[in-house]
Amino acid sequence: AALKDGLRSQVSAALKEGRVTPTELCQRCLALIKSTKFLNAYITVAEETALKQAEESEERYKRGQPLGILDGIPISVKDNFNTAGIETTCASNMLKGYISPYNATVVQKLLDQGAVLLGKTNLDEFAMGSGSTDGVFGPVRNPWSYSKQYKEKSVLKSHSEDEESDWVITGGSSGGSAAAVSSFTCFAALGSDTGGSTRNPAAHCGVVGLKPTYGLISRHGLIPLVNSMDVPGILTRCVDDAAVLLGSLAGHDPKDSTTVQDDFKPFELPNLTDVSKLSIGIPKEYHAPGLSSEILALWSKAADLFKNAGAKVIEVSLPHTRYSIVCYHVLCTAEVASNMARFDGLEYGHRSDMKDSTESMYAATRREGFNDVVRGRILSGNYFLLKQNYEKYFVKAQKVRRLIANDFVKVFRSGVDILLTPTTLSDAAPYTEFIQEDNRTRSAQDDILTQAANMAGLPAINVPTALSERGLPVGLQFIGRSFQEKQLLSVAKWFEKQVQFPVIQLEEVKRHDNGVFQHQKSASFS
Amino acid sequence: QKVSVEVLDHLEHLALVDFRDLEGVERLQKAIQFADQLHEVNTDGVEPMDSVLEDRCLYLREDDVTEGNCTKELMENAREKVEEYFVAPPGNIPLPKLEERETFLPGS
Repeated sequence: AALKDGLRSQVSAALKEGRVTPTELCQRCLALIKSTKFLNAYITVAEETALKQAEESEERYKRGQPLGILDGIPISVKDNFNTAGIETTCASNMLKGYISPYNATVVQKLLDQGAVLLGKTNLDEFAMGSGSTDGVFGPVRNPWSYSKQYKEKSVLKSHSEDEESDWVITGGSSGGSAAAVSSFTCFAALGSDTGGSTRNPAAHCGVVGLKPTYGLISRHGLIPLVNSMDVPGILTRCVDDAAVLLGSLAGHDPKDSTTVQDDFKPFELPNLTDVSKLSIGIPKEYHAPGLSSEILALWSKAADLFKNAGAKVIEVSLPHTRYSIVCYHVLCTAEVASNMARFDGLEYGHRSDMKDSTESMYAATRREGFNDVVRGRILSGNYFLLKQNYEKYFVKAQKVRRLIANDFVKVFRSGVDILLTPTTLSDAAPYTEFIQEDNRTRSAQDDILTQAANMAGLPAINVPTALSERGLPVGLQFIGRSFQEKQLLSVAKWFEKQVQFPVIQLEEVKRHDNGVFQHQKSASFS
Repeated sequence: QKVSVEVLDHLEHLALVDFRDLEGVERLQKAIQFADQLHEVNTDGVEPMDSVLEDRCLYLREDDVTEGNCTKELMENAREKVEEYFVAPPGNIPLPKLEERETFLPGS
């Protein structure tokens, strides 16, 4: 099996037939992680435990009793999910050295199905950011920076430019997970999505990024940012794989009271051939200021694709879209102020040596443990929650949230099945350019197209669409109705098939992948 | 309007994090300015939304003990402890006043 293969269609069969063993898969991925260390996608690599899990999986396959499709499959997990016995840092000094005593529910579910946990991926500190550049372990590099496709286009630039400083960001905050999947070091990765943190890096790294409906997947063990918007995110190389992961993770969890009790039935995606009964909505407000002309053109082409295939494509309006990011800013900082209060050094995490008083110890611990971004959000949040500001800002934002959610309800009620929008305003920026603006400004700019889905709790997915003029991935986003992931993913899968997004051509992967290096058709969509 | 030093001091007390430098204070100013855009929206008669799942009943379970007895594991992550107690420095001592604190804010 090649590292590029789809889980259900190819890898699972290969494992069952013994053409490849879980140990081989695991070793290949671990070797690739080592040779792609410069990407800085991983904070912790759990080599020993991974190999042990792979061995156990191999025994099961030998007995003809694999636990399911995920048995033996190497996966990675964003470092804000608790993993028993493995350091969980959230890329912060506050949790450096913190060894979780338990597994997050989603991690436990994956392990229960035999998945092999390779390691914890890098992120922005406490998942605050849109570049994966602000964690204490340093920024994550987009694997596409080292792709043949990107390098070919950069040749035209001045030769005196140092190749080292040319690399582009992954987007964030689940940048490590996106980079890990994009560079073939794992078959799937868990991210989290509060304002777009799974879909944004998915778009920049050319992978599928799924944000499930709020309440579908358990947040137990996911270190919280915004309790009313956080969801675990799924990053894979194809839509079918995302459906496999969703099937193994979704469902009520007694340990998370915000998960719905509805029965969830895992599904296999149909191979849609007829989209003529679909109604696709194009929200005009998503033509946001700053949207690159390239992406605008791709969005338009995608709409035409559906139209030519017989679907009904109509322009719709979500009038409060432009306030979504402001609303998010207030609600997010307010919830963050509350959620970060638990970090005081007493029970876990970093503790300052200050001993004068409890308060001064807390203050010193938090001073030493949090970076500027986190402290900034805590202080802003506390401001909005002050008695004199509570109605004016926090409650006001909650009211605006309802208006935003209602916008979607109205559109879906009018007969639209799926919304089609861009995921990001442009392709990935070079790191040196990205860091010119501060985290808050960047987040406000970059989350604009993804944020509203979190506000309304709707499922949304990024599908890699085409390469930009710079040779970097661009993705488009589909937003669906609550709990209608099957429809959302079916449409995404149809679209994925139409656009034939190219495979990344990385030197490191060529060396490690002894599968036949398939000759890829060039992207037919750009 | 700029945020007064009294409010900034108050925030440092509430949040138990410090502004660190001028940039930190400016960051707050910009955040407030950004948030002020909310007031352009007419929300008359609109109820605040706490959760997207507001139409559903919160799940209640039976009052049975299903897990626990994990004192040992939980104590492992604490730096200072005695037997089964987390050890904290003396409480009921307020954070030093602005003049006595080591903080960036003017007046300290």
